[in-house]
Amino acid sequence: MTSRTLNNTFRFIFLILLQVMVLNNINLFGNLNPQLYILFILLYPFNSNQSALLILSFLLGLGVDFFENSGGMNAAASLVIAAIRPWVLRFSFGVSYDYQTVKFSNTPVGARMSYVGILILVHHFCLFLLEFFSFAHLLLILEKTIFTGLFTLVLVFLSLALFNRKK
Amino acid sequence: MQQIINFLIRNKNKLLFLVLLAFSLFLTVQSHSFQKSKFINSANFITGGVYSWTSDLENYFHLEEYNKQLLEENRRLRLRLHLESDTLPGDDSLGLVELKLVMEDSLVKLPYHIRSAKVINNNYSGQNNYITIKGGTRDGIAPDMGVVTSDGIVGIVENTSANYATVISLLNANSRINAQLKNSEHYGTLMWNGEMPNIVQLIDVPRLAPVSRGDTIITGGRSLIFPKGIPIGQIVDYRLDQSESYYTIDIQLFNDMTSIGHVYVIEHTEKQEIQELENLSEDD
Repeated sequence: MTSRTLNNTFRFIFLILLQVMVLNNINLFGNLNPQLYILFILLYPFNSNQSALLILSFLLGLGVDFFENSGGMNAAASLVIAAIRPWVLRFSFGVSYDYQTVKFSNTPVGARMSYVGILILVHHFCLFLLEFFSFAHLLLILEKTIFTGLFTLVLVFLSLALFNRKK
Repeated sequence: MQQIINFLIRNKNKLLFLVLLAFSLFLTVQSHSFQKSKFINSANFITGGVYSWTSDLENYFHLEEYNKQLLEENRRLRLRLHLESDTLPGDDSLGLVELKLVMEDSLVKLPYHIRSAKVINNNYSGQNNYITIKGGTRDGIAPDMGVVTSDGIVGIVENTSANYATVISLLNANSRINAQLKNSEHYGTLMWNGEMPNIVQLIDVPRLAPVSRGDTIITGGRSLIFPKGIPIGQIVDYRLDQSESYYTIDIQLFNDMTSIGHVYVIEHTEKQEIQELENLSEDD
């Protein structure tokens, strides 16, 4: 239990720093920066307390906002995906999600893909909607959501492949 | 009472979600309002510390580039030294450092004070970009001071802490800066449409103004933030707006906003006096 807490604390801090120090400076094709920090929310233990997840997601987003001078955009977007996570889990992993049994590393690839993909899309859409702050730019928002989303998706699976090896 | 408590316990996650969401949306809305001191900013001890640490590291990779910029500035300064007797103060082709020299040379001392600062974080990928610089209230930097490089303008200081300050970049949808044409006195408002990091827009320039491609745009001096005559960029395109009476002009910046290492912060030393006077006149 304590090792799990320690693990999550480390991941929380590491992902914020990685996001603001490295990933925000990538600027692929001019303006694409992957938002890998939500990996924390994706990997947060499935059977844990939902209230704790909500608070942690909010703090995670707020931490990134502090660095980016972006108000509460990342906090709001992270909060939204933390809130819908239980439904997405049930949708992607079906009955086997119904409590405790699922471990992320031994789920089918398709289910994993849909779980990660849905949460990334929702998060990025909220984030860019709040950044542009108008529906007039909807097309631009969708475009940025999809391209940045793909970038994040690739990085999420790369990091999963990298860190799950030892188990 | 019991039922209310039961209701709260049953829906605690929904309520928690709504409260936190409302708070983060409040912060977001606040961040979209122009010129308001914000609680969430990177000019604090922790974020500033992290950024200055990474920029120390990053600086090594840009040394050559910074050297080139310094050499170029030196070259212009030397040129200016040789030509000093024939150049009139206020010549628009002068860069900022020359401007400072002119100020110190000229008999009428202009009310500006210039400090240098190091950029420790620079964003240009989003809609509302900010720059964090090392240098805060302890170095005499305060909100609403102008920030420039030797090539052109960068932005305006928004928040400060003891050792750091955040600057609203030119590349911020909330940024509004007074600018004018170099060869006439027609002025407009400089803003950014969020598309290209090297193209900004000058709006509300009257149709009568003699606009043509390749003309230079300079700061307008109608605000207390920038001195008049600092070069900004070159006109690449222009068109009439919907009312057909004003131009919207696309300007290519002289400054490369994606690569800024060191900046100068300009303080207008008589700003307070002017503002007090203006407030007095408004009250009457």
